[in-house]
Amino acid sequence: MKGAEKERTSLLIKGGHLIDPAARIDAPMDVLLKDGRVAEVAAPNKIKGADETFDARGLIVAPGFIDLHVHLREPGQTYKETIATGTAAAAAGGFTSVCTMPNTVPVVDSVEWIEWLRQPERGAVVNVFGIAAATRASKGATLTDFRALHTAGAVAVSDDGKPILDDRIMREALILGGELNFPVVQHAEDTRMTENCSMHAGARSFRLGLRGMTAAAEASIVERDVQLAMQIPNARLHVAHLSTADALKSVRRGKRAKARVTFEVTPHHFTLTDEDMRDYDSSYKMNPPLRSASDREAILAALADGTVDAIATDHAPHAAHEKEMEFERAAFGITGVETALALAITRLHREKRIPLARIVDLFTAGPARCFDLRGRGSLVRGAAADVTVFDPKKKWTFDVAKSRSKSKNTPFDGWQLTGKVVATVVGGKIVYSA
Amino acid sequence: MNPARGSLLGIEHLEASEILRILKFARRMNPDRPRPLLKGKRVLLLFYEASTRTRSSFEIAAKSMGAHTILIQAIGSSIEKGESLLDTGYTVRAVGADIIVIRHPNAGAPYIMAQHIDVPVINAGDGLHEHPSQALLDAYTILRNKKTFKGLQVAIVGDIFHSRVARSACHLLSKFGVKIVLCGPPELVPDIASTLAPGVRVTRHIEDALRGSDVVMLLRVQKERLSGLNIDLPEYVARYQMTPARLKMAKKDAIVMHPGPIIRGLELTSEIADGAQARILEEVRLGVPTRMAILARAMGRMR
Repeated sequence: MKGAEKERTSLLIKGGHLIDPAARIDAPMDVLLKDGRVAEVAAPNKIKGADETFDARGLIVAPGFIDLHVHLREPGQTYKETIATGTAAAAAGGFTSVCTMPNTVPVVDSVEWIEWLRQPERGAVVNVFGIAAATRASKGATLTDFRALHTAGAVAVSDDGKPILDDRIMREALILGGELNFPVVQHAEDTRMTENCSMHAGARSFRLGLRGMTAAAEASIVERDVQLAMQIPNARLHVAHLSTADALKSVRRGKRAKARVTFEVTPHHFTLTDEDMRDYDSSYKMNPPLRSASDREAILAALADGTVDAIATDHAPHAAHEKEMEFERAAFGITGVETALALAITRLHREKRIPLARIVDLFTAGPARCFDLRGRGSLVRGAAADVTVFDPKKKWTFDVAKSRSKSKNTPFDGWQLTGKVVATVVGGKIVYSA
Repeated sequence: MNPARGSLLGIEHLEASEILRILKFARRMNPDRPRPLLKGKRVLLLFYEASTRTRSSFEIAAKSMGAHTILIQAIGSSIEKGESLLDTGYTVRAVGADIIVIRHPNAGAPYIMAQHIDVPVINAGDGLHEHPSQALLDAYTILRNKKTFKGLQVAIVGDIFHSRVARSACHLLSKFGVKIVLCGPPELVPDIASTLAPGVRVTRHIEDALRGSDVVMLLRVQKERLSGLNIDLPEYVARYQMTPARLKMAKKDAIVMHPGPIIRGLELTSEIADGAQARILEEVRLGVPTRMAILARAMGRMR
């Protein structure tokens, strides 16, 4: 180890166009990475003498992308995904940091498991930040030891996969989280209203004979949580995978009232609607479900006007045998880390004319702020040497057979997309190059 | 994989001309004058859910055309041991099934089967989704009594939300320009039901539904599928039960239909069930020739 530490290598990313929204840079710049840090950012050809040079001509150079919401399935469900395979897929999607959800087997609800996630044996190729369970075994009854988990490096708490339903528990979580400056991530679903439901409640679910999850089942929980966040001093609420126009209204109100409320949206919710599922194809089944066209419009508007804090994938790998079955019985969730940027560029930039800088912000500084990931999300001198290089014009076809994820459950197989990751740099080392 | 030719997964995507072709052929079928159109064929009846009418009807239809029928029910088979839908499908295909008739509690199960198994799959009812053979036999019943679909109005009263029969009926009748009025309380007849097909409308008032109707189709309140919905049954009876007095609001020559099983005293009174306008047993009877046509079509013998 000692020898390796002494080995000083520097990497110069040269000739690219740097978009670093937090640093207000949108210009041709060279970036020098050294000893795992950003050593210098300067106008083209000013920096000389690096051990290694990456030619980024014609490409966008951005701070390393951060995904606030992935399921790496470890510990316990390695047949779906492992930290090694999930982070390899993330790297291919341009993500240099991922925050992994605790709904594993067992649930990550202790300091030991948070530390376990970080051990080198896991084989992570990008930074993995653990989100700890908010309640013991995510059963919703007793809060976990927030203080110890926070100290151990957990970046947030969540019972994702399930909501924190009980009013009293949610209040306690926000109070304690507020004291520690610890975000509470809510999977907003009133499960009392969604029993046996497998898609969004609307004309399509009625036609298909599938019980539908109403928008109200999400919006009512978000409304309650925003109210709590407005009442409790310093409380930090982060709404995971927000999918409905009504929930968005609550979040907007909370933000206007200066409550510390942040939220993420997923690429599939801004790309697809409930009308897109055909022939009971369970690769369109996820929770929250694909919503109505008007919900998607509301989300697109919030992406354009700067209300959305982050794009997160909710990467949720499942084995084929858990998906190729009756739609109502199939597992919820789709993979997402490899298609996120391309969907954002294709749908948000090219179709909706949202500037690239805004999109980069949603993958970098935005998510870094949500979970206080210090030293990440911007390439200022001294920041972590995490960089994503992509070609915003490159057309390509996503082929799930070539996915690095262990699982293949995606509705985007065969999609022609624009915008492709060219290189992913973590800690100054290239971990993926196309 | 595309479903095998001859599959019948639902009415929604079936052409009107194909529906008429099936009905025309059904008129020529008679179980009492057997025709060996399916001689030596194996018809697998895969029933994941209880059924009396549909199962026996398919069985008699298949046998009267010379086919062997094999009944597999969830209880007492490998399904009970946790075998997946597709594995059961691959197994019955390997055993030598020529046609799979499937009844399943989950919407879309026949689609999943048809996408993976290379023999015709016939949907005998999937969850809340569709029940195409019932819609076809109901269409046959309507045509026998009304001669044509032209200008007809059909009232469907009761638990539309949980009814695959209602969904299939709406799709079918709509293709022929029939006016369809769905009637019941909002829990059972959500407003969104009117989006099902052109010509479908929702009303809460039984008089409104019956006025001008040529056909009154009643549905059972499916207590087993309510899952949490609270339906006030006495209130339902008071507002929607079909009684002789109510039936007078419909056209004089209106017929009463019901896919069964009927619950006397709930959605209809005995006077209605046994009355002169009821066609409930005729529906059951016509189910056999209709299903003969469906099975013959599955094997490409509907000529």
